[in-house]
Amino acid sequence: MKNQKLVVIGAAETTSLGDIPHLSQVQLHADGALNALADAGLKISDVDGIATAGENPITIAQYLGIHPEWIDGTSVGGCSFMMHIRHSLSAITSGLCKTILITHGESGKSRIPPPEWPWPPRPGSYEGQFEAPFGTMGPPDLLTIPFLRYMEDYNITVEDLAMVPVIQREWAALNPKAWFKEPITVQDVLDSKMIAYPFTLFMCCPRTDGGGALVITTEERAKDLPGKEVYVLGAGESGETMLISQMQDFTTSRAFKTSANRAFLEAGIEREDVDHLMLYDAFAHLPIYGLEDLGFCERGEAPNFIRDRNTAPGGRLPVNTNGGGLSYMHSGMYGMYAMQESIRQVRKVAAAQVPDVKISVAHGIGGMFSASGTVIFSNQPN
Amino acid sequence: MHPTSDKFIPFITPETRHFWEGTKLGELRIQKCDSCGHKYFPPRPFCPKCSSKDISLVLCSGEAKLYSYVISHLPAPGFKPPFSIAVVELLEGPRLMSNVIGCPQTPSSLLLDMPLAVVYEKLSDEIILPLFKPTEKIV
Repeated sequence: MKNQKLVVIGAAETTSLGDIPHLSQVQLHADGALNALADAGLKISDVDGIATAGENPITIAQYLGIHPEWIDGTSVGGCSFMMHIRHSLSAITSGLCKTILITHGESGKSRIPPPEWPWPPRPGSYEGQFEAPFGTMGPPDLLTIPFLRYMEDYNITVEDLAMVPVIQREWAALNPKAWFKEPITVQDVLDSKMIAYPFTLFMCCPRTDGGGALVITTEERAKDLPGKEVYVLGAGESGETMLISQMQDFTTSRAFKTSANRAFLEAGIEREDVDHLMLYDAFAHLPIYGLEDLGFCERGEAPNFIRDRNTAPGGRLPVNTNGGGLSYMHSGMYGMYAMQESIRQVRKVAAAQVPDVKISVAHGIGGMFSASGTVIFSNQPN
Repeated sequence: MHPTSDKFIPFITPETRHFWEGTKLGELRIQKCDSCGHKYFPPRPFCPKCSSKDISLVLCSGEAKLYSYVISHLPAPGFKPPFSIAVVELLEGPRLMSNVIGCPQTPSSLLLDMPLAVVYEKLSDEIILPLFKPTEKIV
């Protein structure tokens, strides 16, 4: 891996984001894919590897007209696309294929067609036997369960939690493509509809339509292409449990820590080398876990770090600069959008561009703290 | 199977049968590894720590404490929101998901670490669900 550098040579989202009632989910994949290939300066016939989640990769390959020699259908939730990058690294460096297309598309709002996930689970699965009978309906009442334990152990208030969407909305206000752009206050967050105590509506992501795609190849091949190459310095992945009740410690994610540590190890960089950070935020507590489990804050310190505006516009570690899943968009599997913003930042074309970004980290969650993927991007080969 | 509840009805698998047969008898059963001593849930016929197949059933005391929860305001079949979705820690060690019933479904009545005891609710002829209620009077 070290002698053959991998780059993202094409990156794009769907032509529009948010409310797309005229496109089906598979067409969202295709729209993002064709935009990413145009960005790279490549044609469908140049692609010999396909990776996707949420749809069968063969469905996408056939729809686009790709005859793949390498296929990755890893589908473990919203961080799957981070894992696809990591798997692409090993595939390309070992000669299994040359140019990989990673696609995402999700009709999260318009539901064309309606998704099978998340409810009901299969009645004979662990989730069906040991969660669903207790009234669990999906991420808003499952992924949120650990946070009261965190609040109790670290003496954190609901006002602290409400600061996460407040500050991310400040970033969203700088991004014309964000779904929500109006400023909000802590009181607005606390006064919004209760979803699953302690989580109110503004602490939960919207469901929108969209997609995006990435084109991965070698540095050598990218030299002749018009796309602006972004180096993948390292990546990590891990998993813990499909049952939130079996998460080892409700105040920290083992999957987050393993995935991030592996990515930093592979990249050979330190936390202080990171200029920009994307932390998958389907719900307001996830950036808190992310900051701590990735090693940017001590345990229990992330709420103070956020309140002190370190992650806000002008702060020393800008986080979720597109507005995050809470304000920018969230189709259901947000990982692709987190990476797209990291890539825009290192290419210096983001709406809320952070000055002097060299290294950006995109960190994702899959399922209910089930899985995790981390990718470290840079505009320099390191 | 004749459901007597609108709640989601589990499908019993061979590896979980002992658990659901237990709750029908008013017993909360977990498993213990006879090689390394690890007590675990959810069910499987080998130890998730050391892979030993040398395991036995443990009859739990039914005592637990409240580890974490949400109070769901979302519609769910068989439930009248708001209702708690809780993770409880059994006296014997393992954690499991349940509902805390028999007290107001409010943050001031649902205190972390408060003591709980198992109670049972019939969902169908096959499925009896373990729920938990506070064992001390909640102010």
